[in-house]
Order: sequence, then structure tokens, then C-alpha cells
Amino acid sequence: MSFKISNTISDIIVMTRRDILRYVRLPQLLVFNAMLNIVLLLLFNYVFGGAINTGGIKYVQYFLPGFLAQTVVFGSTQTSVGIAEDLSKGLIDRFRSLPMARSAFLTGRVLADAVRYAILIVLMIIVGSAIGFRFENGVGPVIAGIALIILFGIALTWVGVFIGISVKDTETAQVAGFVWVFPLVFASSLYVPIATMPSWLQVFANINPVTPMVDTIRALSLGMSVSSSLWKILAWEAAIILVFLPLALRRYRLLTQ
Amino acid sequence: MYESKERKFECTGASISAEQVSKRFGKVQALDKLSLKVDPGTVFALLGPNGSGKTTIMRILTTLLRPDSGTAHIGEYDVIYEAQSVRSIIGLAGQYPAVDENLTGRENLEMIGQLYHIGKQKARKRSDELLEIFELIDAGNRRVKTYSGGMRRRLDLAATLVANPPILFLDEPTTGLDPRSRIGLWEIISQQAKSCNTVFLTTQYLEEADRLANKIAIMDNGSVIREGSPQELKDCCGGDTHVKIKLTDRSRTLEAVEVLRELGKENVHGDPETGEVSLTAGGASILADVVRRMDAAGIILAELGLKQPTLDDVFLAITGHTTEQESEGKEGPIEGLKAK
Repeated sequence: MSFKISNTISDIIVMTRRDILRYVRLPQLLVFNAMLNIVLLLLFNYVFGGAINTGGIKYVQYFLPGFLAQTVVFGSTQTSVGIAEDLSKGLIDRFRSLPMARSAFLTGRVLADAVRYAILIVLMIIVGSAIGFRFENGVGPVIAGIALIILFGIALTWVGVFIGISVKDTETAQVAGFVWVFPLVFASSLYVPIATMPSWLQVFANINPVTPMVDTIRALSLGMSVSSSLWKILAWEAAIILVFLPLALRRYRLLTQ
Repeated sequence: MYESKERKFECTGASISAEQVSKRFGKVQALDKLSLKVDPGTVFALLGPNGSGKTTIMRILTTLLRPDSGTAHIGEYDVIYEAQSVRSIIGLAGQYPAVDENLTGRENLEMIGQLYHIGKQKARKRSDELLEIFELIDAGNRRVKTYSGGMRRRLDLAATLVANPPILFLDEPTTGLDPRSRIGLWEIISQQAKSCNTVFLTTQYLEEADRLANKIAIMDNGSVIREGSPQELKDCCGGDTHVKIKLTDRSRTLEAVEVLRELGKENVHGDPETGEVSLTAGGASILADVVRRMDAAGIILAELGLKQPTLDDVFLAITGHTTEQESEGKEGPIEGLKAK
């Protein structure tokens, strides 16, 4: 039996490299994704910016932290599509017939997507800075914030992997992704203060993991105390990974049935 | 061409066995208590029409699919309980090339090598060798997206060989290839057996099985209905060697049949449409006898020859239908190489 931790790590690196190379070879995937995000960022800032009362904070300062989170939430739907696409091709049979670690195929995908998120987030911060966004408390909080968002992206990507491996068809994966993504993004403290929503929606918005994510980054950027939202989002990230990583791996193994 | 099929008795490589393997998909019984055994260092061909279960048994043997019941072993390893060990000694080339289009040919091979854990250096060296062998050196640094179908197929086969696994599984390896590529691939497969590797292949083409395999198993409806060497199968079920003649004047076909019946041979058949007459061969002087009788009757022959039974005859005799009848809609073999 050739199972070794070093082999597992090496397999994950090989698979991550393969998935990153995909973005290098098909740069349009990343370029259009970035363009869409930039367009949305500018639209939200200039269209809604004047209409929403955010308690004296500049709107870009208010929503950009959440916008970064939104980037990874939307990004995770692409993972579903990518996984479904891989499953529909013969390549998956080859991988499954190799003595590689069972987890490497999915984990490589998730890590490559984490790299994609990092690029997008840095790009959004740069564009945001150009229209007035500031991390007011120096480099430390910036790095902590980016790390938390990437971890959030990794957690949600496992959800995306699970959906992709369950539906097994790219078009369904596309639609299935959006079903859960929109409520998460909009029914949260991302674009508007929760207090302005109807009370039943406030209940959801307060439970929604995007809310503590946004609150934490917002506090970090404004140089305020992150208070309980940091623990909430860490708990959410851990919980999502603990549930969906095993579920996705199990689905992957069950492909043999 | 039969030289390459000489059995290497000194081979001690891994064998393949399946006992009473069944698999059902919904209402379809894909495999029905299938058993087979493949000796180390031999080429084994699984022959059967589409839907006979060839790919299903191959997927079970390569750990991609679990059987409902029965057991199977690759070498000493159980395909269900020791799947990961099985995977380290097999190479699989599925029905469609399984290569990453966004990577170059070389990157594909190196990636597969690394996933077999043969080490980065060795993977690189082996990739160079294989690109050379498969005539992909010039294309090695190009993305696979730009490759032709034949090139992809060659790269796919190269990928199965990166780690030199002792057992190769090839699912319809030459389907859709042009004649030149097909013959090149046959040579590579024969070479594998020479170096003591065990090759398990499925095919719809009788010629391919005949040419490559030491042993052929014929599958129909989920089980092996007959197996043996190509010659054994022809001997047992393909009927005997036939004498075949063609008349210059086909209107005399029936007359020729009458004359030849006097030789006392079985199965004298004539086709007035084509002017062809055939009869079971037997006895050293059969050709001379036929010529003498025809000459005496004043019937002139355009052609005269002995016809060996083909595996198609075998298939027809055993299953009652040809391989082609059930393979309609499937991309057919290249004309001229189609089994006759």
C-alpha cells in the first residue's frame, strides 16, 4: 500500500498546479470575471451610493468590504460549473484510475480557486482605493481581512464542489449555484443596513454568514473593534468546511457505484 | 505478424481474474456472472457488440465501478478492497482520450507520472522517451487543444505507459483511428506483451483481436460465451477451411454445384448471382480434384482458392448474429480494415 502523507501533499500540489494552469492558459476566464466585478463595483457605488443612508460613512467605504465577500460568493458558483465540466469528460476516469490521493482532485480545485479569489480581491481593493476606499488602520488589518475572505471563499467553494459533483452537468450547476448565492449576498448587511429591512428578513440577515463576514471586514477597514463578528465568521467558516468537505469527498468516492 | 503473439512463458507479471461478476444498471443486467482469467504477459481481447458489457467489466477491473456481486483481482490485489494498490499497477486508456486540453502534451505526461509517484525527474525523462516513441516530439510543447484526434489518442496511450504499469487496460484503443495510426498502435501494443506486460483490450473489430491477442473472449449479453486462442476459436466454431471458386460463366453455377457434389464433400454451396461456389476442404488433393472435375465438365474457373475461417464466422456461429448488427450508430471501422 503506497499511502503516504507526502504523496497526498504532492498529489494536491500537482492538481492545484493543473487547475491554476487552466486560468493561465485561458486568461479570459479570469479577465472577464474581473471586468464583471469592476463594472458591478462602479455601478453599485455610483447608482446606489447617493440613495442609501449609511450613517455618515462614504458608501464605497461602507459596501466595498462586503463586495469583496460577494466576489468569493459568486466565484464559488464557477467552481460548481468547473467540477461538473471535469466530471463530464473522460479525464475524471483517468484520475480515478491512478494511485493518487482520492482527495487531491477536489482539493486541488479548491486551492486553485483560492488563488483566483486572492487575485480578484487584491484587484477589487485597488479599484476601490481609486474611488475612495481606505483601509484606515494600516497593513495588518488588510492582510487579516483578505485572509478571512479567502478562507470564506474556500469554505463556500466546498459547497460549490458539492453542488457540482451532485448535479454532474454544467448548465444545472450554473443555475443551482445562483439559487443559494443571491439571498446570501443581498439579504445581509452588505449593501444596506439590516435595520432598514422588514423584520422577518432581519432574522435571516442576522443568521446569514455573509453578515458577520461583512461586519468583520468593515470593522477592520475602519479601524474599529471586530467584536463578536470575528468569532461568528470563523465559526461559520469552520462549520461549512466541516460539513461540506466530507460530503463532497464522499460524493466523489461514491462515483464508483 | 504472428511472431509478436508468441507467448512469453518466462513472464511472471501480474494476472487478471474475475469470478462471477454481476452488475445491474436499473433494469439492464450489464454483467451476468462473468468470469475470466488473463495470464501474465499475454494480450487478452474482449470481443463483443456494443452493449454486451465490455466497458462495464473493464470499469470494474480498473476500480472505477463496483460490482454488485462477485470478486475480481488484479495481480494479488482485490479490486474492491485494495483498489489503491490495484491503481498503482494498472494503466487505463478509456474509450475517449482522457487528456487535459489546456496543458501541453509534455505537461500531461509529466502530470500523470507525478500522480503515479514515480518522481519528478523520472516523470520528465519518461515523458521525453514517450513523446519520441509516439512521434509527438514536435507537438510536445503545444497545447493538446491543437492536437488531431490521432495525436490525442497517441498521447492518451503514452499517458498510460508513463509509469510502466505491468497491466494495461485499453478500451477500444483504435476506434476512430486512420489505418496508419491503427497499425502503429498495434505495434506498440504487441511490444508491450513482448516486454511481459499484460494487456487487456476490448474491441469490436475481429481483425484487431485476431492480430493482437493470445486469447480472445467473446461476450454477449453480459457474459463470456466462448473463449480461446484465435486459432482455437476458428477451429471449434468457425467451420472448416473452404475451397472457393468463381466461374467465368455464372449461368453454369448450378451445374458446377452438381459436379462438385460428386466429390462427396459437405456444404457445397453455389451463388448464381456471383458465380461463386464453395465447399468444405479436406484431403490433400482437394484443389486438384476440384480443378480436374471442372475441367472435365468444361467449366472455366476465374478464381480458385482456400478460404480460412475468420473470427466473424466464429462470432456468427456462436451468437447467431454478426458484430455489426448490434453496433449500428457507432462510429464504424475504417473501410478496408473492417473485419470481413
